[in-house]
Amino acid sequence: MSTVVESPLRKIWDRAGILVVLLVLLVGASVFQKNFLSSNNLINSLGLSVTSTGIVACGMLFALAAGDFDLSVGSVAAFGGMIAAVLMSKDYSPVVAVAAALGAGLIVGAINGFVIAVCGVNALITTLATMQIVRGLAYILNDGNSLGASKPAFAVIGNGTMPLWILLACLIIFGLLLHRTVYGRNALAIGGNREAAHLAGVPTRKVQIAIFSLMSMLAALAGVVSTSQLQLGDPKTMQGLELRVISACVLGGVSLTGGVGSISHVIIGVLIMGTVQNVMDLRGVSTFWQYVVIGSVLLAAVLVDRLKTRGKS
Amino acid sequence: MPLQFDQIGKSFPGVRALDGVSFEALEGSVHALMGENGAGKSTLLKILSGAYQPTEGRLVLDGKALVNRATQDALDAGVAVIYQELQLVPQLSVAENLFLGHLPSKFGWTDRRKLHAEAKRLLALVGEDIDPDTAIGKLPIAQRQMVEIAKALSRDAKVIAFDEPTSSLSSREVERLFEVIARLKSEGRIVLYVSHRMDEIFRVCDACTVLRDGKQVQTFEQLNAITPDDLVRAMVGREVNTLNSYRPRPIGEVALKVEGLEGHGLKSPMSFDVKRGEIVGLFGLVGAGRTETLNLIAGLSSAKGGTLVLNGESIASLNPQAALKRGIGLCPEDRKKEGIVAIASVTDNVNLGARKAFWIHGKAERTYAQSRVDQFRVRTPSVDQKIGNLSGGNQQKAIIGRVLGHDLKVLLLDEPTRGIDIGAKSEVHDIVRALAETGVAVIVVSSEMPELLGLCDRILVMEGGRLTGELPHSDATQERLLELALPGKTL
Repeated sequence: MSTVVESPLRKIWDRAGILVVLLVLLVGASVFQKNFLSSNNLINSLGLSVTSTGIVACGMLFALAAGDFDLSVGSVAAFGGMIAAVLMSKDYSPVVAVAAALGAGLIVGAINGFVIAVCGVNALITTLATMQIVRGLAYILNDGNSLGASKPAFAVIGNGTMPLWILLACLIIFGLLLHRTVYGRNALAIGGNREAAHLAGVPTRKVQIAIFSLMSMLAALAGVVSTSQLQLGDPKTMQGLELRVISACVLGGVSLTGGVGSISHVIIGVLIMGTVQNVMDLRGVSTFWQYVVIGSVLLAAVLVDRLKTRGKS
Repeated sequence: MPLQFDQIGKSFPGVRALDGVSFEALEGSVHALMGENGAGKSTLLKILSGAYQPTEGRLVLDGKALVNRATQDALDAGVAVIYQELQLVPQLSVAENLFLGHLPSKFGWTDRRKLHAEAKRLLALVGEDIDPDTAIGKLPIAQRQMVEIAKALSRDAKVIAFDEPTSSLSSREVERLFEVIARLKSEGRIVLYVSHRMDEIFRVCDACTVLRDGKQVQTFEQLNAITPDDLVRAMVGREVNTLNSYRPRPIGEVALKVEGLEGHGLKSPMSFDVKRGEIVGLFGLVGAGRTETLNLIAGLSSAKGGTLVLNGESIASLNPQAALKRGIGLCPEDRKKEGIVAIASVTDNVNLGARKAFWIHGKAERTYAQSRVDQFRVRTPSVDQKIGNLSGGNQQKAIIGRVLGHDLKVLLLDEPTRGIDIGAKSEVHDIVRALAETGVAVIVVSSEMPELLGLCDRILVMEGGRLTGELPHSDATQERLLELALPGKTL
């Protein structure tokens, strides 16, 4: 079999098509959108809109890499925020409140992971169930009412550029975990071929439980950050977060069938979603139309990807 | 009128899969297509079935050019291709599968009575007496294949092509298949037959076209005028030592003793042992319990009773992870499903499961993978290549390299050369012999008797979930093996 030489342009498009889209989008927004480049907009509007999605996407990246996904993250984020707010209203210190929120997330995730990996129930059903259970628990915590959370020590978490630093830390930690550790490599192997990984000696169950535990802990963290920003614990918040997060990952190039994924995919996907959203906010596009646009962007991205791979086979 | 392949060429982006393939398959004859994996046989079949369009050239049937824009066109023109992975819907009944796409109907309703009667008639043509209302999924593979042939007959196919039809059949089922093929031939149909198995080619086929690297090497019009060695030479372009080259080697003390093993697939407790440096074969028909035995030893399924004694130490029930830690490694039968992570690199596949640290050591992993690639002559452009892009034989060698990452004491091989070409086959055999010489105890499951006879110091035979006999190399012949493997002849 002989090899046909591909044009360099084609190569760049094949390797980094979505990155090109992001760059065009950023340049376009900088040139044509007034105030896009202002530090106030970059930090407070764009920055804040990407933190929740970005933090949770770090965990979702692992779930998707291993061939699963988690629908319960929105509920867990609300639950985590509510736990922190409720504990602080009972005069616990912010440190305890945050630790309890993250711990609760970890427990929900461990349950998800156990049911999926050990009992063998599929991830869709399991996390669909816990999504509703946990949302219910979030309401129960304060009788369905939101709750102020304005202790100064707690407000630090969501103040100024802090959420962005937290996001950056998550991206670095989970990037290293995926690309440089055996845990990350095992997650990808499970997504690539679970049976082969099991037979090759990969502790598949442990890895899956770890993935879901970390995933929910990140969701709770996102909930805590947002509660701190808004100084309000709200059981109704973060509805549909799971879909935004999965959309961002897929948009960036993480495969839904597992085995393929990289932290750069997450960064690109989250930034594209965030930029589109931010520009629409700045232009005063109504939220109703924003849904239509965001959905269309996702559909267009996966269609382009599909055409790209079809051209090859 | 013959089926003509006229200068068929096929290019994919970056790859020239077929180049100027021209030959004729005659009516009332069986024409074999041979070649190593990647030679272009599957591509040619896919062009025949309309799944691919040729880039150049044309197919001519009955003097008319055959233009298959889609698989439906090929079916309408009377061409049926029976693939290795059968194209049946497991939940539907036999009858519904037979007429899928052209169910008999009355005023838009399925005509169940006619469906049933027609299905019965077609099944009788292939000598099967199956209830047409049975769900396909409940039939054994061999019967499903017969249904597939009957399906081709339901459209009165003029050309029937078989892709590795015997790869999952037992010897007796193979005989049935050959009878049916002989009948198709006597009815004047054109049969194309793709296989790696030399003995089958010489039994069933009249003519043979050999492909290599997408090009046609040679077409032998009269198979009975040549020898298997001629074919092998044409396929690989060089001499290969034949499979029957048993060499005795020093054998040590018992490495693994299996006592009263019970579990899924076994009808009575199994006891046997394998010594250091020994290669023990496990022969039997499909469903004899051979794969199940290996899975129990490797901890892939959990044993319900019995003990494993490894180097004098009794070991508790295992999972694959624990088994590997103790030095028991399995290379599974279904490479794609259980062996490789197709989208990951050779390096990743070779190191999978053997990693002990927290961080990945990229350089060390690549060096290790490269050493296995060199040692086993795995043909890959680099260790960063996706393993799914390699041929079956090279994948198998990489998987053996993977279990060697553990301190291997017992190597379990399940059909190690199924579906891989002759050149790679003899290389895999050399690897297994070399490992045994270093003191590894090896158990090989295979359905190919020549393979076991050439490789093993001792062959155990199973039938219906029981051990029925044991033959040292000196006593083992194909006749003896079959005698023990056939039902109703328990010792």
